[in-house]
Amino acid sequence: MAVDVALGPIAAQRSTAPGVVEQTLAVAHRAVIRTLRQRALLIFPMIFPLILFAINGSALSAATHIPRFPTSNYRDFLIAMPFIQGAMFVSISAGVDLARDIESGFMNRLALTPLRSEAMLVGQLGGALVIGVIQAIVYLLVGVATGVTFASGVGGAILVIGISILIAFAFASLGELLALRFGTGEAVQSIFPLLFVTLFLSSSSLPRNLIKADWFREVATYNPVSYLLESLRSLVITGWNAQALELGIGFAVALLVITVALSQRVMKSRLARL
Amino acid sequence: MRGFLNVVHGVAWRSIHNTLVNPAVLVPSLIFPLFFLIAFAGGLSRISDVPDFHYAAGYTSFQFVFVFLQSAAFGGVFTGFAIARDFDSGFARRLMLSAPRRSGIIAGYAVGALLRWAITGTVVTIAALIAGMNVYGSGIDLFGLLGLGVMMNLVAALWACAIAMFLRTEQAGALIQMPVFVLLFLAPVYVPLSLLTGWIHDVANLNPVTAVLEAGRGLLAGSPVKVGIAFAGLAGAVLLMAVFSRRGLASAERAG
Repeated sequence: MAVDVALGPIAAQRSTAPGVVEQTLAVAHRAVIRTLRQRALLIFPMIFPLILFAINGSALSAATHIPRFPTSNYRDFLIAMPFIQGAMFVSISAGVDLARDIESGFMNRLALTPLRSEAMLVGQLGGALVIGVIQAIVYLLVGVATGVTFASGVGGAILVIGISILIAFAFASLGELLALRFGTGEAVQSIFPLLFVTLFLSSSSLPRNLIKADWFREVATYNPVSYLLESLRSLVITGWNAQALELGIGFAVALLVITVALSQRVMKSRLARL
Repeated sequence: MRGFLNVVHGVAWRSIHNTLVNPAVLVPSLIFPLFFLIAFAGGLSRISDVPDFHYAAGYTSFQFVFVFLQSAAFGGVFTGFAIARDFDSGFARRLMLSAPRRSGIIAGYAVGALLRWAITGTVVTIAALIAGMNVYGSGIDLFGLLGLGVMMNLVAALWACAIAMFLRTEQAGALIQMPVFVLLFLAPVYVPLSLLTGWIHDVANLNPVTAVLEAGRGLLAGSPVKVGIAFAGLAGAVLLMAVFSRRGLASAERAG
């Protein structure tokens, strides 16, 4: 009887506790509000890739004179880069936000609540989703305004937005994993140069078949970032290229699934109930 | 004078010591120029096949000069980050209280930036030589290239110092870095000026970094061009930035 009395309030609490979806939405709401309040987080990561796009789009236009270059407008080739760069910035802001929650003790307080770890993980990505959507639309509009044309038409342009949001979501999840693993914003930020290296060691500036240095071409071929870029680029230059799309979307989904799964494992120790 | 030199020595020693003992500070300043060298000289080497691209020493050498000068500029920029951090932590205020000649603080940070770049510049040069960089310039030409790097480092360090002292917060990082980054990339980074077209050609034509870059490339290839203009421009920039950084220091002094 005594046991029943002791369990009574807990059982009652369980029956009225919000479900995973409600929990996720609550955490996502907080993440979105926090992101929108930090405008610097939105502006700098959005502008920096555009500056590089503007500069390199003109400075490297001579590359279109290389025999077998796939397009006569270098901006058509380069437009994929801001989407990926923006996604990499999203990973840092998502990771830093979560790291701040860990450092400030917010995560420890959450551990005292019945919040489920998957709700926390997915909900935290809400802010990243907002940035990802805004960035994708801005990059697309800037691209079109500067003369980028989509061989795949309006449908392809819409798919570019969809894929870039998926990529931003996957990178944000990577940022979360780093934050959970290391627990400090500084550690998350220090990973950024490494992410940037993966971008530059890919087919970001030239198609893989036109990269002269064998070792560089080899690295770019094994680098998944090349396929993320090429999936977006194919919609601009080639049209509907199923293989490029499958590879790009496949790598983005794989990154998302792997990082979320690993994050959930690390999260269990972060949200360990005493 | 002795007080000034003591401050310079103390600040410069602390700056380079902090760089060497803190991998989080040292590693990015080493990695960034290296990966730019790899990405540009390795990934973009096909650019040298563009019609009318003529640079005798080859594309690796062509890109090395940019990366070398960029590493010099970023040696100064990273020092600006350290100054901003010193203000955030309160160390800079204590430093100003204890320094008998405060202008020595600026000079000390500038010397620290130069020592920091000495490490980065050496690593980048060794990496470029391993990657097959051709050096056609004479010893005097190479000394000239080194001189361009030193002056570039000094200009960037004084700029960074001024901004860090005006704003006195780590959030000044973007403002320190972005103008330097943009100015460098608005020069003929990937192809010679003659192959640039459109707005980038007009901007690069007006950009003072272009003359420095062309002079550096000419010196490395053993066919110097625009060397006088490059040194005169950098000397002017040093004077301008010295005044600017002194005003930054005055602003920090007024703030207490």
